[in-house]
Amino acid sequence: MDLSYYPGCTLKTRALNFEDSAIAAMAVLGVNLIELPRWNCCGTVYSMTDDDLAHHIAPVRNLVRIAEQGSDRVVTLCSFCYNTLKRADLLMRNSPEKRNTINTFMDDEIDYDGQVEVVHLLEVLRDDVGWEAVARKVKTSLEGLKVAPYYGCTLTRPQEIAIDSVESPTVLQGLMQAVGTTVLDFPLATECCGSFEIVSDPDAVIERAYTILGMAQRKGADAIVVSCPLCAHNLGHKQAEIAGKYSDFTGMPIVYFTQLLALAVGVNPEVCRFDLNFGGVEALLRDRGLIPQRV
Amino acid sequence: MRLEISLGRLRNEFVAKITELSGQDINLCYQCGKCSAGCPMSFIMDLLPNQVIRSVQLGLAEDITSSRTPWLCASCLVCTVRCPKGIDIASVMEAVRQIALRRSEDFIDPAGLERDTVAELPPIALVCGFRKLTG
Amino acid sequence: MEVIKKVLVIGGGVAGIQAALDIADGGYQVILVEKTPSVGGHMAQYAEVFPTLDCPQCILTPKMVDVGQHSNITLLTYAELQKVSGEVGNFTVEILQKARKVNHKKCTGCGTCWQKCPEKVPSEYDAGIADRAAIYIPFAQAVPAKPVIDTEHCRYIKHLEFVEGETEGKRPPQCRICERLCPAEAIDWEQEAQTITEQVGAIVVATGFDLMPIKRLPEYAEDPDVIDGIQFERMLSPGGPNAGVVRRPSDGKIPGEVVFVSCAGSRDPEHGVPHCSRVCCMYLAKQAMLYKHAVHDSQAHIFYIDTRTTGKGYEEFLQRTMTEGTVYLRGKVSRIYRDGDKLKVMGVDTLSGKQVEVSADLVVLGMAMLPSVGAKDMAARLGIATDEQGFFTESHIKIDPLESTRPGIYLAGTAQGPKDIPDSVAQGSGAASKVLGLFARSEMTPEGLTVG
Repeated sequence: MDLSYYPGCTLKTRALNFEDSAIAAMAVLGVNLIELPRWNCCGTVYSMTDDDLAHHIAPVRNLVRIAEQGSDRVVTLCSFCYNTLKRADLLMRNSPEKRNTINTFMDDEIDYDGQVEVVHLLEVLRDDVGWEAVARKVKTSLEGLKVAPYYGCTLTRPQEIAIDSVESPTVLQGLMQAVGTTVLDFPLATECCGSFEIVSDPDAVIERAYTILGMAQRKGADAIVVSCPLCAHNLGHKQAEIAGKYSDFTGMPIVYFTQLLALAVGVNPEVCRFDLNFGGVEALLRDRGLIPQRV
Repeated sequence: MRLEISLGRLRNEFVAKITELSGQDINLCYQCGKCSAGCPMSFIMDLLPNQVIRSVQLGLAEDITSSRTPWLCASCLVCTVRCPKGIDIASVMEAVRQIALRRSEDFIDPAGLERDTVAELPPIALVCGFRKLTG
Repeated sequence: MEVIKKVLVIGGGVAGIQAALDIADGGYQVILVEKTPSVGGHMAQYAEVFPTLDCPQCILTPKMVDVGQHSNITLLTYAELQKVSGEVGNFTVEILQKARKVNHKKCTGCGTCWQKCPEKVPSEYDAGIADRAAIYIPFAQAVPAKPVIDTEHCRYIKHLEFVEGETEGKRPPQCRICERLCPAEAIDWEQEAQTITEQVGAIVVATGFDLMPIKRLPEYAEDPDVIDGIQFERMLSPGGPNAGVVRRPSDGKIPGEVVFVSCAGSRDPEHGVPHCSRVCCMYLAKQAMLYKHAVHDSQAHIFYIDTRTTGKGYEEFLQRTMTEGTVYLRGKVSRIYRDGDKLKVMGVDTLSGKQVEVSADLVVLGMAMLPSVGAKDMAARLGIATDEQGFFTESHIKIDPLESTRPGIYLAGTAQGPKDIPDSVAQGSGAASKVLGLFARSEMTPEGLTVG
């Protein structure tokens, strides 16, 4: 199966471990993620004020490009891209007046009225591939690894774009069980990490991260599994500082779901770029014999 | 000082603008506080989210514009999905930000960010932050 | 057309019991149909009732016994209304008497069977916090005090179905312990459900309420120590499974701090129901008070939006709860989750303007009152209207609150809308007076106007 793939900015820079592991793992599962030949920034956040149509242009332009390329479905990895593109698509489907204004403004492009279905990779894994098929492809079961699934905000909110239950999503659990890990009940799975406040108020984000990381540690997690590069950064980047401030915190590996999937289905660990992860993922996986010892 | 409640205050331009920009009917709110109860950023806010909504209900424009709360809102939408009355509180916060940003009152100065900070942040954080906190 | 002076009362809770007794005392025949094996309804589950802290067993049981013994009342428990035809003054009703598999004429109610039955099923009466046997009376004061066999869970019935179905797998045991031990030889495996047809002149509908399931509020955690108000009543009840000792379900520990959450599903048009359930403010106050009396040095916290105390003596009761030390926190709870031994209750106190967090041992949710499960089907069978939630619609909300939308069918109790015990009893009596008024007339004209 070939699927049009929208990467977004961070996948091409700071989250190569996310992108490379995803493409390799999906290939093993028989899904080719084919990067769109032309794409631009999704806008990162969906504009929520009623009259702010200008900021919908960026995501809609991407949707137009996808349609022009003959695709009726696009998959994203980044949770923010998913949210922004999906909500822009819904706006264009459901608000005729705004749709007209936006289409008129972009009059050198084809009109967009919902020709493209925006999906997140987790949906593809659940709905197109299926957990049983994933489990059948597992070469190295990740048995013994205890993970806390973490969704953050943008995969399940708002309700109308949620890829799963808003309050108790299970899609990460399904995937992580299929690759053999023990999935912990993680009550803070959909709590916000502090998001873009990292730019203006990093201290507040440190508090958020400590709350979430501390809970994962108390629950006995070996790692937190994420699907958003911003969550990965906020939960991972300042762990040394958090450990300095709170002595009960000792560190928590942060890993993308695609990396564990790739590892389980036999992708070369070097492709997964665990060296880019925060929180000691490499050490954890070495310790469990899941990646080779450093020579 | 005692707050004078008057028709003029309740129907001031600021309230009308917030209603228009957010598309939300503020009068639906019965002040249950569920938005504040679940807000991940409340711990650093000067006004709780329900107090922002209350201030809109009473037309307290100056209390809202001088509050840091809308800028600390991370748009995580927990308030929105749990509001018993279906008010999109996150959109109200966005409306408050937009009113300031359209007056060129940015919350952060991108030029003032440390070089190291910019270097270590992923693009997603920077674009997101600039979109939300600058005009 | 002659008015048939016999009434069908549907529902054996306190409202139905009151209506049945008043009509029977007025000299007319009553058929009281109750779907469970005993009359008593939800009131029989409560520990003590506000604002007087009466024990419901003391004030309800005599009425239940009266219903069982009254010469004008035919009590059909474990039975359900199937079909209604005709019109005011002359309805034909079909009632399904479910198979009890116990001959109640022979049974003496000695209790050997339900004490010895090896199968355990979550007890409906104890709201799932304790078990009952597969042959059972719902509770000690049940009327009738004679058991039924729950054919869904009885081992022998399962065995028979297994043999008949020629299914694969493990064959359930023959069991039949109840039959072997019954001194009265009352077990009757051949007994089948029966349809009973009756002619009645009027119908009183008192089918009551059920609580909204906790599952509908997923942000409040699926945790054994997050329970609803009726479950907590059973814990507090001196006649309950723990004899009134409050123990949390997860580990039997006596909770030192309990959080009560009002408006759980009520006043929440987005996730629950728009209406106020009317009784939660009061029963949560009562439960907090009783809990503090039962557990020394304990703390109760009540999250509330408004306190609604519109009954006689209610506000005074609430004030007593507050002065006895229960802390009232003004705001909704956004989230409850487990963190180790404790439940974290993430709330707000809008009065102090603080986000608050309570580490609780047990959380009691004042879940919204909904019409009893099956009320909409019942409405369809009766040909009467319901509101969006399924509460039966009155002929006029202000001046005809007891009449349904179909002449000759009257409403009583929480089936019409959330209400407390005194209002349910009053409405039961009110519906009875409507029926008695109708029966005081001997004939009806085709237009439905009565002739003296």
